[in-house]
Amino acid sequence: MSEWWTYTLADIKSFTLATYYRLFELHNRAIWPAQVVAVALGLAIFALLRRPDVRRGRIIAAILAACWLFVAVAFHAHRYATLTWSARYYAWAFGAEAVVLLWSGVVRGRLSFERGAAGLAIYLFALAAHPLIEPLIGRRWQAIEVFGIAPDPTAIATLGLLLLAAGRVRWELAAIPLLWCAISGATLLSMKAPDAGIPLAGGAIVLVLSTSRTLRRRRNVEVSSVKT
Amino acid sequence: MPNGSTLTRRTLISSLAAAGAASVLRPLSPAGGRGPIATRPIPSSGEALPVVGLGSWITFNVGDDGPARDSCAQVMGTFFQEGGRLIDSSPMYGSSQEVIGYGLAKLRHPPQLFAADKVWISSGSRGPEQIEESRRHWSVPRFDLLQVHNLMSWEEHLPTLFAMKKAGRVRYVGVTTSEGRRHPEVEKVMRTQPIDFVQVTYNALDREAEDRILPLARERRIAVICNRPFRQGALIREVAGSPLPGWAAEIDCANWAQVLLKFIVSHPAVTCAIPATSRVDHVRQNVGAAYGRLPDEAMRRRIASHVQTL
Repeated sequence: MSEWWTYTLADIKSFTLATYYRLFELHNRAIWPAQVVAVALGLAIFALLRRPDVRRGRIIAAILAACWLFVAVAFHAHRYATLTWSARYYAWAFGAEAVVLLWSGVVRGRLSFERGAAGLAIYLFALAAHPLIEPLIGRRWQAIEVFGIAPDPTAIATLGLLLLAAGRVRWELAAIPLLWCAISGATLLSMKAPDAGIPLAGGAIVLVLSTSRTLRRRRNVEVSSVKT
Repeated sequence: MPNGSTLTRRTLISSLAAAGAASVLRPLSPAGGRGPIATRPIPSSGEALPVVGLGSWITFNVGDDGPARDSCAQVMGTFFQEGGRLIDSSPMYGSSQEVIGYGLAKLRHPPQLFAADKVWISSGSRGPEQIEESRRHWSVPRFDLLQVHNLMSWEEHLPTLFAMKKAGRVRYVGVTTSEGRRHPEVEKVMRTQPIDFVQVTYNALDREAEDRILPLARERRIAVICNRPFRQGALIREVAGSPLPGWAAEIDCANWAQVLLKFIVSHPAVTCAIPATSRVDHVRQNVGAAYGRLPDEAMRRRIASHVQTL
């Protein structure tokens, strides 16, 4: 892209906000009643988080991978691609996230969870509050975005769960959801959407918390190595 | 799609068919008592083109939403009914080409259509494939005008487009840019390549094209299409709160859209402006700018300075 510095957010806009919201309405109508299944899976994850179980890491990773794959195919490749050529790349990215979740969480079993208020709050926001906020800002309820069905709540919920992951910050799993929050926020901002702040704030909060956790762990490692 | 240089039998039949269709759709003729629609000749052929066309960026990108597609078809129907001809699109505009194809089929392919599209791909060898895909989306036998979008790989695409023109598979060739970008390169193409059209951004606030592009277009006898006449609607929103000045009536303008469009199309080098809209009332207003008196130089200065103060 030549003279890239002359491009603004308005230049990435290629459809209207009404068309974008309508896309979710058509998506929700086409896949009904998959929303019920997705919310049930979201509640199952919540229940698993509250119950110590050696298999819960694998089960949660499998559910998340299924959700990312579903969004990749049903939303990005099938639906969003009718509006923008970039959706086919989003579909590949969401598919890649599903593969990484399957590999790391299911095959290798490297995803275990611990308690944490911030991660749980972000997860519950994505699962329960995100779809309820949208009608309050003027969006038709038929056009709401549901976890496991639409990209934003799926990405935000995944980031919340990754904050609950034990051990180091799982940047390899968080990279694509963080990137998506930035892309989605920029897309919504370009159309002056009132809900642009949701993915942007969700991504920013998780980025700040994850970075500070990484720095804290690094400091602890340095202190313990000095002591020994 | 009439042959440009002379009034052929096909042109006459097309025009009569268009007039007939319009009279069926609406009791009044396209002129509706407003006199003939203002046209400008394409310098390379002399073919007359109405000074207001129809863009499709953003507004026609509605995907496979049935009611929204019907609404776009209605906009197109009104555009033709009011006397418009040129519709412009690009493979970059998402589903816009398919939506135009849907609208044209629904309107039974109005013969007055002047189909303008673009090639937008970095690989020169894949240009013909993309053009063919675009043609299928529009469902037209051939495009009237093919432009290299944003000058992307123009060195590779232009020879293809000139070869297509020679073979009768397109009637005119052009290049496009927007928002004042790459004007030196546009100039270079205008000076060195036998193009028929150039498309640039030009409106009452974005007037860089006046410095070199528009004078060069006159000198080189190149038709000029002006994109972003309302800055993606922002300009209309800016002026909407202000009352229409009394002098607007002197140039037969009933609304701000017509004032802004008449400023553009009254420049002697401009062939047409291509406002995009998804609303029937707006397309009617826009094409309305192609009727009645056009501003003279003094009035053009007045419009520009007035818009700048708002």
